[in-house]
Amino acid sequence: MGLLSSRMSITRYQVTGQLDGSVHETVYQGLKKHAVPKIEDDGSEATAGWTSFETPYTPDFEGYSFVFGAYMVFALRIDKKSIPPKLVQKHYALYVAKRQADTGRHYLSGNEKKSIKDHVVNTLIRRIPATPNVYDVVWEYDTASLWFFSNLKAANEALETLFIQTFHLQLIRLFPYTTAGLKAGLSDKERDLLRNLPKIRSEE
Amino acid sequence: MLDTAVAYNRYKFLGNEFLTWLWYMIETDQGWFRQLDQDFVSLTVGNRMVLENTLNNVKESVTIKGDNASLEEGRVALTKGALVTEVHVSYKAGAQNWEFSVKGESLNISNLKLPETGPMEAPEDLEGVVIEKVYLIEKAIGLINLLFSHFIHLRLSNTWPHQTLSRIQKWAKSTTSN
Repeated sequence: MGLLSSRMSITRYQVTGQLDGSVHETVYQGLKKHAVPKIEDDGSEATAGWTSFETPYTPDFEGYSFVFGAYMVFALRIDKKSIPPKLVQKHYALYVAKRQADTGRHYLSGNEKKSIKDHVVNTLIRRIPATPNVYDVVWEYDTASLWFFSNLKAANEALETLFIQTFHLQLIRLFPYTTAGLKAGLSDKERDLLRNLPKIRSEE
Repeated sequence: MLDTAVAYNRYKFLGNEFLTWLWYMIETDQGWFRQLDQDFVSLTVGNRMVLENTLNNVKESVTIKGDNASLEEGRVALTKGALVTEVHVSYKAGAQNWEFSVKGESLNISNLKLPETGPMEAPEDLEGVVIEKVYLIEKAIGLINLLFSHFIHLRLSNTWPHQTLSRIQKWAKSTTSN
């Protein structure tokens, strides 16, 4: 559901602060430094990093390829490994049976069971490939406006975290209160009224 | 500025009130929208609307779906104190048509369908396509920003409690009693 999809979902942000130096060069360096790793980290359950809009599976920001007119367009990629619970269950049962056979015992302690489960999950994580999810980002630097092409909570949280790590700029999500405060041109009096606004129900 | 999570929860009712007011304006005053946008043709409720009533700390939801669904049940819910929490709209400007859903609590846009854009026949066309798409998205987002801006000024004025609320109630009641 990205920028070129037939249907899309968008979460809007306001970017606070400004970059030092050349905008395109600073963004290029940041994207490159925090790009999604080309070689998968076998042991981690999820990896998040920037990737290119045009070639999300081979991140490439050379020649400022993320610049489209007044907009910077790139993507957040989250590679996540999901182990089917039944697979964990099967391997856990096999390990437990093997441990019981090895030790000649018919039961295992809670700690042993937990240790086996951790071992099974860690082993499977290394064997299972990560599923990539790509979410496009459109950033208009001059207006401090940023669109993120997902409404998923986890993806938005990953964006907010990685954005501040990369660019040292904060993203303010635009929901009713922040849209009123940042986009509606309220007077000081209206801002005070908004802060103390009671909820008036239509039937009251 | 309030903490983000606190502000989100404290003021999410504003987004629901906005969508409720927007539905009322769509049904009663299409001419008003023309003042905002020279190219405006129409703004209509699309194929989905969700209303919620949280009176007495019990949450009741009404979901209306379907291309030709009657919104009667929604109006009845309004008279009982419900607010619109999500609405799918169709927006026509000039010869172009946008469809999208807006969620009250977040003002997030989902299921956005843009007017047709030119095909991308060669890789060099990408920049043009991206800029065209961004322009079209901006039209939809700009409309919501503009409408919300009008709403919030109204909501913070004396007109809201003294006139607008009663007009919305009157409209909901009149259309349910027909």
